[in-house]
Amino acid sequence: MAPLAKFDLFGPELGLVFAFMLGIGFGAALEMGGLGNARKLAAQFYFRDLTVFKVMFTGIVTAMVLMLLSAHLGWMDLSRLYINPTYWWPQIVGGLVLGFGFIIGGYCPGTSVVAATTGKIDGMLFLVGAMVGMAVFGLAFPLIEPLFMAGHMEGSPTVPSFLGVRPGLIALVMVVVALAGFVAAEWAERRFGDGPVQP
Amino acid sequence: MSNVPKRYANPYLSGLLLGVVLFGAFFIMGRGLGGSGAMMKVTANAAHVVAPEAVEESSYMGRYASSLLEDWLFLELVGVVVGALLSGAIGRRLKLEVLKGPRARTGMRLLLAFVGGGTMGFGARLARGCTSGMALTGGASLALGSMVGMMFIFMGAYALAYFLRRQWL
Repeated sequence: MAPLAKFDLFGPELGLVFAFMLGIGFGAALEMGGLGNARKLAAQFYFRDLTVFKVMFTGIVTAMVLMLLSAHLGWMDLSRLYINPTYWWPQIVGGLVLGFGFIIGGYCPGTSVVAATTGKIDGMLFLVGAMVGMAVFGLAFPLIEPLFMAGHMEGSPTVPSFLGVRPGLIALVMVVVALAGFVAAEWAERRFGDGPVQP
Repeated sequence: MSNVPKRYANPYLSGLLLGVVLFGAFFIMGRGLGGSGAMMKVTANAAHVVAPEAVEESSYMGRYASSLLEDWLFLELVGVVVGALLSGAIGRRLKLEVLKGPRARTGMRLLLAFVGGGTMGFGARLARGCTSGMALTGGASLALGSMVGMMFIFMGAYALAYFLRRQWL
């Protein structure tokens, strides 16, 4: 029964081995798709190369469908999953700040690790900057704490639990939105872009 | 000829692999993937070497200053480095270079990379996750606040894109 770690099927040491192996897959998926390239990431925001959207939403929908399928087959207990908590204000403000940083710096934290690893000097500086930003957050935390805790909703709600509908319905909506988004992305690339950004 | 970089893979294929890995994380560990959490741990540990008392007294930094080698997110990030290195080597894309728009100056690009990194590092801590931990992981598990946060990431980037067009186009 999954999640395996919640049913004491292995100890913490083996968990770390799994973390390392999953990380390899994560890093390889990002690099092969070109998400370690700032020009490709930034092109998303000019509608010229929508690889960021395509990779992210294919990933989200794939993982979501596989999870719901495993639950349906009785292999996975979804109630044992860690669900990110909801704090409205820090997630809205933090989301905007993340977006600003994305277009200013050309990476996000995970992709900057891929960029730095593959020799991109701008990725290395982004990575150093990100750690400085985190240190600033840590030092200024007493000032930020009221915002950090603002708008908390108890019980880590999901979209289906918040709306009071079955997860399958939201999953179906997500799949339809993603597919429509992919069609729109292919159209936008033909209209505004001149081929995908290459190394 | 042999050192010409290979083209990037099909985005839907990369996304499929990413989704399977993300599902694997949930299936095995009951949690998704993260990018910035491990960086916060590295930052807190580095700060602890410089100013141990200040970090221990800090209510936020203190909780991240634990051992790295016993940390799931840190080992995952070490894996990301290895995975990127393998994929980059196979695709002959390992190259020391600065990536920027055709009209951008190198000095300005590097400055903005640092500033953008700082902005995103701060934002990731505020939002309790970055594009990986909040958007990707929260999106796949349909977490309410994470999905709203993901929309605001895209809104923020699109809102500033016009003003940064000289850097990228």
